[in-house]
Amino acid sequence: MKNAIPPRQVSRREFLGACAGVVVGFSLSSRAWAQAPEAAAPLPGSLRQTPFIDSWIRIAPDGTITVFTGKVELGQGIKTALIQVAAEELVVPPARIALVTADTARTPNEGYTAGSQSMSNSATAVMNAAAQAREIIADLAATKFGVAVESLKLGDGNVRAADGRSATYAELVAEQSLHVTAKPTSRLRDPKTRSVIGKPLQRVDIPAKVTGGVAYVHDLRLPGMLHARVLRPPTYRASVRSLAAAGVEKMPGVVKVVRNGSFIAVVAEREYQSVRALEELTRVTTWDTQPLGSAADLYGQLVSLPHDDYVIRDTPGGASAWTLEASYRRPYQMHGAIGPSCAVAQFQDGSVTVWTHSQGVYPLRGALVEMLRMPPERVRCIHMEGSGCYGHNGADDAAADAALIAVALPGRPVRVQWTREQEHAFEPYGSAMLGTVRAALNAQGSITDWQYEVWSGTHAARPGGSAGNLLPAWYLQEPFTLPVPQPIPQPEGGGDRNAIPLYSIPGLRVVHHFVPQMPLRVSALRSLGAYANVFAIESFMDELALKANADPVAFRMRHLRDGRAQDVLRLAADQFRWEQYTPRAGRGRGIAFARYKNLGAYAAVALEVKVDRESGRIEVLRAVCAVDAGDAVNLDGIRNQMEGGIIQSLSWTMYESVTYGPEGITSRDWNSYPILRFAGLPRTLEVHVLERPGTPFLGTGEAAQGPTAAALANALAHATGARIRELPITHQRVAAALAD
Amino acid sequence: MITLNVNGRDYAIDADPTTPLLYVLRDDLRLNGAKFGCGLGQCGACTVIVDGETAYSCITPIAALAGRRIRTVEGLGTVERPSPLQQAFIDEQAAQCGYCIAGMIMRAQALLDRNPQPTDEEIRTHMQAGLCRCGTHMRILRAVRRAVGKPGSEAKA
Repeated sequence: MKNAIPPRQVSRREFLGACAGVVVGFSLSSRAWAQAPEAAAPLPGSLRQTPFIDSWIRIAPDGTITVFTGKVELGQGIKTALIQVAAEELVVPPARIALVTADTARTPNEGYTAGSQSMSNSATAVMNAAAQAREIIADLAATKFGVAVESLKLGDGNVRAADGRSATYAELVAEQSLHVTAKPTSRLRDPKTRSVIGKPLQRVDIPAKVTGGVAYVHDLRLPGMLHARVLRPPTYRASVRSLAAAGVEKMPGVVKVVRNGSFIAVVAEREYQSVRALEELTRVTTWDTQPLGSAADLYGQLVSLPHDDYVIRDTPGGASAWTLEASYRRPYQMHGAIGPSCAVAQFQDGSVTVWTHSQGVYPLRGALVEMLRMPPERVRCIHMEGSGCYGHNGADDAAADAALIAVALPGRPVRVQWTREQEHAFEPYGSAMLGTVRAALNAQGSITDWQYEVWSGTHAARPGGSAGNLLPAWYLQEPFTLPVPQPIPQPEGGGDRNAIPLYSIPGLRVVHHFVPQMPLRVSALRSLGAYANVFAIESFMDELALKANADPVAFRMRHLRDGRAQDVLRLAADQFRWEQYTPRAGRGRGIAFARYKNLGAYAAVALEVKVDRESGRIEVLRAVCAVDAGDAVNLDGIRNQMEGGIIQSLSWTMYESVTYGPEGITSRDWNSYPILRFAGLPRTLEVHVLERPGTPFLGTGEAAQGPTAAALANALAHATGARIRELPITHQRVAAALAD
Repeated sequence: MITLNVNGRDYAIDADPTTPLLYVLRDDLRLNGAKFGCGLGQCGACTVIVDGETAYSCITPIAALAGRRIRTVEGLGTVERPSPLQQAFIDEQAAQCGYCIAGMIMRAQALLDRNPQPTDEEIRTHMQAGLCRCGTHMRILRAVRRAVGKPGSEAKA
């Protein structure tokens, strides 16, 4: 696939058209754009798929204003931001807005809450729908009062005429008033006169979370609810050889052992009874198991597996020799939600309702419909929050477990709770990846040529309407098999997300080696391939800067043409006091930059580290981040996401690697898969937001992951001279490198 | 029957004495604060206070708890009237998904009950046993500092 046009200038439609001959059938699971044909007029955000204003905003006769979104709260603060944009455009206080999140019976279908797209898809739709609703209300008032619309004043749910007459929004809006198709453009409020967007507003969900309120699907207690546990096999491919269930069924409180092929679950009246029953069920079940492969030579295996090659950039250069080459490795890493997946389902009168922390209730419903062989109108999925997921974890699988068990016990609600071991061993991981890069520098120290090749499994095995993407469906009497994964096309990309550097380089070739069948189950983990690709690119930029005898910031600046990228890099460097930095023994500094997906938020992270040469332990003394997320609706929300992204990325980067062997996954708890604890934190962490009022929302959730990893590797190299190119950068690895 | 004293009230509990406290809190007493995280005492999402000390409710059988005073996050304050520590978590917006937060608050409360003016280092050390996956740690530390009357921070944002 040759593509000389910078990705940011290519629309999805053009791009998909241009690539149609190359990318053969991409997964429906990948993105919202695949869900519905685009309307002729380009409506903003998700209005494109759901154009009626009253799909987003409704005003009831009692004055209640309800906003509907197909996106969900994952702890990223999206509910609060959506309330803010609606309140701003409707000219009401945020407290007047009730928000309904993803529910297949009530809300728009916005696909998945993923890809840092909730602001650009949903907030853009809500903002425009609210602005257009406001205009409709004002027109209705102008007609009612017989005055010019310009003479009206709106505020707090009222419209006032100059002569003192007034009417509430609810009095003006008849049932069908907002049942109109949105227009492509809206009269948005002037960013200079905003009163809610960009102003502090505390998260609406936090008070319940700190006081023990009902906040998660885990907290849902329905009358007569039963508790279930599912028996998982030793490895992915296994079938039950023998099961002596009679003893289990006689245990206290046990209602039923549900069996469908090798899908086995136990259901009890009380939760701890189900825990005990699962222990017994595990003891009395034997399996025929297909061993998992060996983890030895992981990256050698990766490049030797069958792969499809996609040349995603090919601009010929003129270099006759390469200055430097290197390869970078990222192992399998897990989402590792603190709360294992959970779901509640009820089958009644031929219909099943599932309460789930899935990131996509509509795609999940599609997959459940296929698995249960039921018509779509008989399956409803309602989102309730779960523990933070950071991508495609066990949420959808737990929903499928609950649905299968509920169908076997009509009438009774069933709650399924995964164990810690099950979440660790069966969630789909972030794929192992390998990136190899080489570049040529000219006499002036500028990069003339760059070649990058990345090997990766899929990052898109979400349910996508396919039962085969649901774990329990693999084990049914009539099983479903995992659909052959497809790559997510550029410009967003999956394994090749951020594989094209944003730097201006004359000769540039980038190849994505897509490995469809990986030994371990893999799917979307926060930032997908961007984490590994930015780690590789930004580590290599420092290696090149060293070769060119250039300062890492100046070297990047030299190759950046995008003014916003330069601004972010400069802000991070200034706040870090990069220029004033005084070298000290055992300490070092590192910086890295990326624009997420090359079309989302710009982020730069600078770290100062202290390294203990003996133990190899790295202490992060300072972390300074600058981010441009476009129009900033909730500054503290952006800071919270960036802080969290940096700390989570430090955890991935310093500690995390899924272990496995023929016997199965051996990372089965927090001892065998350690993550960052308080002792591993940076001493200080600052986030500086570059505000761009009135510009498109760029999203924030995944911008920090890649730059943080490379900044750490760069700081380590600066402190010690040791360049580590294999993740995680554990203290053992550092100590070994320093001993060499 | 085992009598458990939870947040100052006695409850007669009819459950297998080996039942971990977590299931009794959540399923019998319908308290949401303590969370199931690992069932292994590794993550701290289930943390409560028993006689002034932090305890992993997921691995503490109720048989061991008769006559002891159990506190959960519900015992600190309510949405309408949060405790000073809960209010500090709200003021610092110290949550993302929030799943670990009730356990973090109880862990911090146990420290403050014993040592009302802990140093930054004491706070960090004490909180070590709690896992957070969203990376909200800096805000959690800020919230605890705020609760002891030392706002401002090692961790400004």
